[in-house]
Amino acid sequence: MEAVEKEIRNDADASIMPIEIGPAHPAMHGIVRFTTYIDGEEIIDMIPEIGYLHRGFEKESENSRWIQITPYTDRLNYVSPILCNIGYSMAVEKLFGIEAPRRAEYTRVIMGEISRITDHLTCVGAAAMEVGAFTFFLWFIKAREYLWELVEQVTGARLTTNWTRFGGNANDIPDGFLQELHTRLEQTKDILKECDALLTRNKIFIDRVKDVGVISKEDAMSFAFTGPMLRACGIPYDIRRSDSYSVYDDLDFEIPVGTVGDCFDRYLVRMEEMWQSISIIEQASDKMPAGPVILDDRRVSFPDKKEVYGNIEGLIDHFKMVMDGHQPPLGEVYMPTEGGNGEVGFYLVSDGSGTPVKCRVRPPCFNYVAAMPYICKGEYIADIVPIFGSVNMIGGELDR
Amino acid sequence: MDVLIGILLIPTVQAVLKIFVIIFALVMPLATVLTLMERKWSAMIQDRVGPNRANIPFLNNFRGRGALHIAADGLKSFFKEDFIPEGADRFLFTIAPYFGFAAAMATFAIIPFAGPIGDFTFQITDVKPGLLYIFAITSLGVYGTVLAGAGSNSKFALLGGTRASAQMLSYEVFIGLSLLGVFMVYESTQISVIVNGQNTYWFGNLIPKWGVLTQPIAFFLFFTAMIAETKRAPFDAPEGESEIVAGYFLEYSGMRFAAFMLAEYIALVGVSVLVVTLFFGGYHIPWLHLWESAPQWLVSLLQFMKFTIFTFFFCWLQLQIRWTVPKFRFDQTMALGWKKLLPVALGNVVVTAFIILIAN
Repeated sequence: MEAVEKEIRNDADASIMPIEIGPAHPAMHGIVRFTTYIDGEEIIDMIPEIGYLHRGFEKESENSRWIQITPYTDRLNYVSPILCNIGYSMAVEKLFGIEAPRRAEYTRVIMGEISRITDHLTCVGAAAMEVGAFTFFLWFIKAREYLWELVEQVTGARLTTNWTRFGGNANDIPDGFLQELHTRLEQTKDILKECDALLTRNKIFIDRVKDVGVISKEDAMSFAFTGPMLRACGIPYDIRRSDSYSVYDDLDFEIPVGTVGDCFDRYLVRMEEMWQSISIIEQASDKMPAGPVILDDRRVSFPDKKEVYGNIEGLIDHFKMVMDGHQPPLGEVYMPTEGGNGEVGFYLVSDGSGTPVKCRVRPPCFNYVAAMPYICKGEYIADIVPIFGSVNMIGGELDR
Repeated sequence: MDVLIGILLIPTVQAVLKIFVIIFALVMPLATVLTLMERKWSAMIQDRVGPNRANIPFLNNFRGRGALHIAADGLKSFFKEDFIPEGADRFLFTIAPYFGFAAAMATFAIIPFAGPIGDFTFQITDVKPGLLYIFAITSLGVYGTVLAGAGSNSKFALLGGTRASAQMLSYEVFIGLSLLGVFMVYESTQISVIVNGQNTYWFGNLIPKWGVLTQPIAFFLFFTAMIAETKRAPFDAPEGESEIVAGYFLEYSGMRFAAFMLAEYIALVGVSVLVVTLFFGGYHIPWLHLWESAPQWLVSLLQFMKFTIFTFFFCWLQLQIRWTVPKFRFDQTMALGWKKLLPVALGNVVVTAFIILIAN
């Protein structure tokens, strides 16, 4: 950075111009600032500045009960909240050394994949909107609406879902949900096909995104990219496969990869992942087992109301759960899950008490934003738009 | 009374009256309606409802399907603070919006809207240079964007201003070149000659010699170049709402901002009017001359209707284009112009010249 400032000072024609992109700028989806140095239209250097959406999630977590953190995780990623719910709950379950019942895992997979689709719909739609395809964006938002209504049916909320618990889910899917799911998925498929026909082979769109924002395999790995950004570079790394958590082993899906790692590859990877997610949901809804959706384990779940009012053990369990909360065993755990945007990891440290000692989130987009100056250098100022759109920065999990 | 008629017969007075009628009864209403039409049409494309909130509280919350938004937008821009940013060049900042506005308006000065009744023409003036006047006027519009960009004391506006000036100056070249073929075919640059030339026919009375049939390539080039000249999507890199926020008019508010917006829509109408005049027979309705007993007033009325309908169609086409395709990056706009449109335009001129040479 000093080099650039020196260059500006020594620049006799003063052709290098610093320009502030953000924090309030239409292309900065969350709130982030890029101090950009441009020469004409070309980007010479860029300094990302994050933290405009910092809410103190991690510190707040240290003063909350384990279960009270779940609603905070909704707000981490505001386009796929359930994936963060699942990630956090699975981390705590790992700490407890328990596993949710099969039915709970299958519903989690369904809801998680719905959230992955909404995440990709928002990301691809917004990126396309910013290169001018406004119609495309609104069609995608229409599809997202179908899916969010499904989320609403199960969790009672569209964004603030607060749906998972430790060892299961807050509630089971409602009656007739799988039928509804099927029709909504068909509608979503129609929109995906329509939008694919509208944009994927559009010459103007390809000109805007092809060979723009290229990042090589090696650089992507050294920046610790994950998720669609890494897969667009040609590395088939997907935590659903590599760690095979939850019930993803029972389900058949492919990991789409790109070739050169430009914005167009990221677009194609995300579009294909939506189709894969739809196929996962269909398989999971076919295989949906019967059974409970939450473990009957007194360490993690409330006893049935009949127990609470019927016998003294139930009442005591209920009382202890309310007063002391969950008390995972002493230890630390890191649980990576595949979020919509890459690896969402929760690192939890427990001292055996009702509140965590440490709750650290590994957001996927932190690395992407760190790599922004590297990707953008030498591109035109107009290319920030498709590049940053394909990065899909989510301020909530970036700044926490 | 005689004095009044005498005054009305003075050509200058007639011209001034025509200017008023055309501006306030034709162009301005059409442009304002287009602002609403664009919002409504884009809403239809995108499965939205579109603007429908503005209402009159005393009239049972009358909404008129959103038509009141025209009035609401106008009123709002009147009452907004006319803000001039600190460090801006007040003089340049103040005059900039009206350059584009005036240039867009001036296009209509030479457009015939219907056939003449006796000596009375439905055209403000039929200047001899004809389209050369249009070229001169449209290049005046560049000043508006450049002054706005330079005078706003904003880096985004500066970037937008430079982009706009480069784009508009280069696309003027292609506008000129694309029309060369038309000039050669109709052997004049004067509007009335070109329009009347399109009322002649091939094979007896079979096919009208419309510009779009005699010069099809020129039509596409001209339409593309004119959209770029008016900075409409997909060539709206100078506005670049996603990267340089709003480009050259970023710092404007209130009535001056409205002037920019209105100038854009007037230019949109101007493009359509020019396309109809040069390539779609102007006001002439093909084969209408076969109806020899038609009264002249009826012919003029029909011609005016044809002209308006065609104009509306091309306005609609521009809206449709805007909401369908993504937009070019700035350098791609320039590359398209210099590397693709320019050779095609030159080729078109050469081919046209050859054909005319052989035909004669």
